[in-house]
Amino acid sequence: MPATDHPAAGGETFRPLPPRPPPSSTIGPLRWARDNLFSSPLNVMLTVFGLYLAWLIVPYLVDWAILSADFTGSTWDDCPSDGACWVFVGARLDFFIYGHYPPAERWRVDIVFLLLAVVLVPQFIPRCPGRLWLGVFGLTLYPVITGALLLGGVFGLEAVETGSWGGLMLTLVLSYVGIVAALPIGILLALGRRSSMPVIRSLCVVFIELWRGVPLISVLFMASVMLPLFLPDGVNFDKLLRALIGIVMFQSAYMAEVIRGGLQGIPKGQYEAAAALGLGYWRATGLIILPQALKMVIPGIVNTFISLFKDTTLVLIIGLFDLLGTVQSSIVDPAWGPVAVEGYVFAAFCFWVFCFGMSRYSQTLERKLHTGHKR
Amino acid sequence: MIKTKAALAAGLAAAVLTAPALAAETLDAVKSRGELVCGVSTGLPGFSSPDDAGNWTGIDVDVCRAVAAAVLGDADAVKFVPLTAKERFTALQSGEIDVLSRNTTWTHTRDTSLGLNFAGVNYYDGQGFLVKKDLGVASATELDGASVCIQAGTTTELNLADYFRFKGMDYSPVVFDTSDQTVQGFASGRCDVLTSDQSQLYGLRTKLDNPDSAVVLPEVISKEPLGPVVRQGDDEWFNIVKWTLFAQVNAEELGVTSENVEDMKTSDNPAVKRLVGTDGDMGEKLGLSADWAAMVVAQVGNYGEMFERNVGETTPLNISRGLNALWSDGGIQYAPPIR
Repeated sequence: MPATDHPAAGGETFRPLPPRPPPSSTIGPLRWARDNLFSSPLNVMLTVFGLYLAWLIVPYLVDWAILSADFTGSTWDDCPSDGACWVFVGARLDFFIYGHYPPAERWRVDIVFLLLAVVLVPQFIPRCPGRLWLGVFGLTLYPVITGALLLGGVFGLEAVETGSWGGLMLTLVLSYVGIVAALPIGILLALGRRSSMPVIRSLCVVFIELWRGVPLISVLFMASVMLPLFLPDGVNFDKLLRALIGIVMFQSAYMAEVIRGGLQGIPKGQYEAAAALGLGYWRATGLIILPQALKMVIPGIVNTFISLFKDTTLVLIIGLFDLLGTVQSSIVDPAWGPVAVEGYVFAAFCFWVFCFGMSRYSQTLERKLHTGHKR
Repeated sequence: MIKTKAALAAGLAAAVLTAPALAAETLDAVKSRGELVCGVSTGLPGFSSPDDAGNWTGIDVDVCRAVAAAVLGDADAVKFVPLTAKERFTALQSGEIDVLSRNTTWTHTRDTSLGLNFAGVNYYDGQGFLVKKDLGVASATELDGASVCIQAGTTTELNLADYFRFKGMDYSPVVFDTSDQTVQGFASGRCDVLTSDQSQLYGLRTKLDNPDSAVVLPEVISKEPLGPVVRQGDDEWFNIVKWTLFAQVNAEELGVTSENVEDMKTSDNPAVKRLVGTDGDMGEKLGLSADWAAMVVAQVGNYGEMFERNVGETTPLNISRGLNALWSDGGIQYAPPIR
């Protein structure tokens, strides 16, 4: 039998055994845990301590917030258990969202919220058609439409005074206006501060240092308590407008310094190259310098936005009912028992959602604009 | 118009200014606006706080509504401006509001140096003590050595120090920033006693896990007459606010309530007739319509109804009339007669 001994001839090919899985200690959750949780004695101790803390806290939290919490009903009597009384948040939800806005007109606020979602959500989706235009709409036309809808008095809408604005809606109005106005003013101030024209430069320096040098709380006090005394009788600035101007001035000074940081990070060669191309100041700034500078300071800008968003709660000390203000004035209601914790948890949750959203958006933006400038 | 800006006390807090007001302009302004602008507290149980639907309720709020009923015939024609303690006087001085009805204590300094007039007292308050029942304390004189929970930056701090020094007792203050923190501190055992205005103590007590475990001591260590405030210099407006409150007290005394006010218009009692406007020209003398007081009582109620509805024994606050009972019932609520 010549040559038939060859395995190939017998139809039996060489088949390697399938690879065995790696030892369980080098892959999967075990390996991950060993690398990350138990890599050193200190790490082991920290892990055990952390687990112990979680064991202490989490069951209690889950029990309080979910298992023995009350969700349905409309009064304090519907909260007989030891857990959280979410009924309170439910009963006051309209007040937390709209403040004293007249109930019959709240659909206008809903439209504003809806439009905001239409503008914002596509910004999180890469390659969503028309997102650029939606963004432009959000920065230009949207604030105008919002103002008309919320204030009323035009197109046959009933006028609603800003004194009755409140809740989440007021928080969003304050932060949105703050953000939309502080960025361009901040850019102008930053450019002005680096200008070679002494008058403009000193004006910008004075403005920035003045507003950065005082706490926001005193700016708000000035706006609400002192300003009316200096105005002639009968001239009454809207209280919300006063607070808004204060916030915008304050935040644009901070914004200017963040942006100046970006401008200083641009190598001199960029300016010279722009000049060599024959671009004037505005075109060089708008086409060459600012796009690079802003890109570099996105984290700083978003940081300022987030702190602005949270700073808006300070308006409650001048008697404006933002989200936290409505919560605080509600938890003292004697018709409800001890509900302070529930109220504050709800407010914290709302703020966290918005701030976390802003933070995620800035990361998306950074990744998208990451075009070879990372250092 | 000349404004004299006087000393700025306590940093940015209290700006003092002598009144510029032109006489009689407030009533015309309110009438032409069709709305009363009233300053209230940002949230004080029983006095002014938003209900579940966000509507303002409370005894201070009802004072505003009563003035609106008297002037405009509509208790709902009020725009409420929530004010913090620091802003309240400026808001009134600068003309941002027409009446301030924000649990403001009538004191000599405020009445004489702020350019304001107190138009009466809608609630006689006083500082008191809340203690846990199991402490077994029956009187504030047994509180020697106690730790006391207190809200920072209020006159209650000063009253407390005065009282304990006067009685020769020791105490250790435990200071908190807001009233809900104060009550949390009390609930978690950080202190033996919580001190605040008595009206507040009843509200704070409802925020304990078991409200019946604490008791308000009988001692009152300060006088806190709370009432509506108007600008100095507009006596016509001052009279209107003052007599609106008096009308409510008189209505209670005469047995006129929101339910029977229509029937009372046919009453033979001359005092009732003058009150409800079927006799005399009482409204005209104030620059108001003849049935001004009848509208106040019909829409807001008499003083007793206002008290019971907001802070009385049927509410969670469960405050008894005490000092706020009519003079004829052992209290000190007393109104000059309408005649």
